[in-house]
Amino acid sequence: MNAPSEGYITPDGRKIGGVLMEMKNITLRFGGVVAIKDISFDIREGEIRAIIGPNGAGKSSMLNVISGFYIPTEGEVWFKGRKRGPMKPYEVARLGIARTFQNIALFDGMSVLDNILTGRLTLMKSGLLSQAFWYGAAAKEEDEHREKVEKIIDFLEIQNIRKTPVGRLPYGLKKRVELARALAAEPRILLLDEPMAGMNVEEKEDMCRFILDVNDEFGTTIALIEHDMGVVMDLSDRVVVMDYGRKIGDGTPDEVRNNQDVIDAYLGVAHG
Amino acid sequence: MFYREAGDFKTSYREDSQTFPIKFDRYRYYAVLAVAFGIIPFVINDYWANAVFVPFLIYSIAAIGLNILTGYAGQVSLGTGGFMAVGAYACYKLMTAFPDISIFIHVILAGGITAGVGVLFGLPSLRIKGFYLAVATLAAQFFLVWLFNKVPWFYNYSASGQITAPDRTVLGYFVTGAQTTATAKYLFCLVMLTLVAVVARNLTRGTVGRKWMAIRDMDIAAEIIGVNPLTTKLTAFMVSSFFIGIAGALFFAVYLGAAEVGEAFGIQKSFLILFMVIIGGLGSIFGSFAGAAFLVLLPVFLKNLLVGQLGWPTDLAAHIELMIVGGLIVVFLIAEPHGLAQLWRLAKEKLRLWPFPH
Repeated sequence: MNAPSEGYITPDGRKIGGVLMEMKNITLRFGGVVAIKDISFDIREGEIRAIIGPNGAGKSSMLNVISGFYIPTEGEVWFKGRKRGPMKPYEVARLGIARTFQNIALFDGMSVLDNILTGRLTLMKSGLLSQAFWYGAAAKEEDEHREKVEKIIDFLEIQNIRKTPVGRLPYGLKKRVELARALAAEPRILLLDEPMAGMNVEEKEDMCRFILDVNDEFGTTIALIEHDMGVVMDLSDRVVVMDYGRKIGDGTPDEVRNNQDVIDAYLGVAHG
Repeated sequence: MFYREAGDFKTSYREDSQTFPIKFDRYRYYAVLAVAFGIIPFVINDYWANAVFVPFLIYSIAAIGLNILTGYAGQVSLGTGGFMAVGAYACYKLMTAFPDISIFIHVILAGGITAGVGVLFGLPSLRIKGFYLAVATLAAQFFLVWLFNKVPWFYNYSASGQITAPDRTVLGYFVTGAQTTATAKYLFCLVMLTLVAVVARNLTRGTVGRKWMAIRDMDIAAEIIGVNPLTTKLTAFMVSSFFIGIAGALFFAVYLGAAEVGEAFGIQKSFLILFMVIIGGLGSIFGSFAGAAFLVLLPVFLKNLLVGQLGWPTDLAAHIELMIVGGLIVVFLIAEPHGLAQLWRLAKEKLRLWPFPH
């Protein structure tokens, strides 16, 4: 059911590498509530990995564990072949893990450009004093990062709004800016929490295109949560299916689609 | 019409991210600098210096300081008066302990000491937010005033409990003490304000400023993308207190000459500067200037109008003045909650298109 350990070639010819991140027997409890129960799966270099499941299945909790926002009660997270100890979220960001949020978490008071530049924080090094007088290192660094950010702005086709305060933008564009901010960090792995939620068909198609392009051009590994089955099956290389905090399926979209447990979870089982 | 961007092309990112990207703004800025440095020093007299310019310059520094903390980093503080007192007393102790060193250095060092104290009182901000943090900083205000009242070492055991600035010079001119000219006072404060404003602007448009604003707008998301909330909040407290300490040192040494802590740096001062920041515009350097100007100039203007022009009795005018200022603040905040800076932005946007509506 799982792919071979050395990586593989996808049907559309992309090369998928070795294991980048591995979740080993993750359990997450909030008091008496078990949000995630003994789940293991891996994410490979360069692949698009989806996590799906009905409402309340624990998908977002899983993403929060990956992004370091929750610390699992039991189990281990391995990243780049090393065990990741308990870390603060901003330390996880420095490892090269970036994410977007289900209900957009942009900085409303700042312009699009500033929002995206903020995404590159972990890559900026100039000190307080040099910034205070805007000389040498700070000014040069600012220019270099601006150039990188402009590439992402071009890529996501948001040139015309770069100076607009984010608070004034419509929903679809905000989602795109959030993707831009996450991309700006040049992450090894990009976590997308329902990137298509609340979008119309056109916006969804745009977003799909961007996700595929990001994966294709930058080689970024992507893990995403999504409700829209059509989208998930088209986009992803491998899918994890969760239900009530347990893993009920894991494999390529075709394998998952024919998995009896998954069908039961989504369509219901006759009781009788 | 006379205010437009057409034809003003940017060929580098540095040009695009400069403080005044529009040519007209830039020229206006140079013009203001030229007037402030080139004309006012030669025509200023004691009345204008003491009633208008020196308090305006000093309050602007304090307002920029508080604006960095409250407007940019989103941490409410009611301890401004207390931090100004730290600056004042630090400056006093330095001036009396090292009379040979330039007061310019003393003022900067006083800012540095205040920065340290600010960081200390900023530590609770990691756990508490909003109104609760305001209450915590209020504790700083009362504690610091109490400390400077109760410990005689801070006022060099003087009988009155006051601190009095000794005569000090910069480049041979007196800037503190009785022999100081209006021009010297004004220029000393102006140089300080210019430095503070440039540094504040540079910090807020760069990485540090973006970190502050990220924490202000959404602290959880900020942490996820790599902002360390501990260091970011403490940097905000540090930089803010540094500026406020400079303001406190100048307020005592240059403006008042002699000060008693409860009177000069009490809770009223914290509120006054908070009002300046709110009326001027949170998260805007220009707003800090505008708010300081508004609250310094309005009482002077009303006094001149009521007593000087209309011939009202002074005591009546003083009370009416308070009521009018209070009323204006309320009206103003209802009409434009984002402050004078927002009015200014809107006016500029209109002017760019004028005489066309769109």
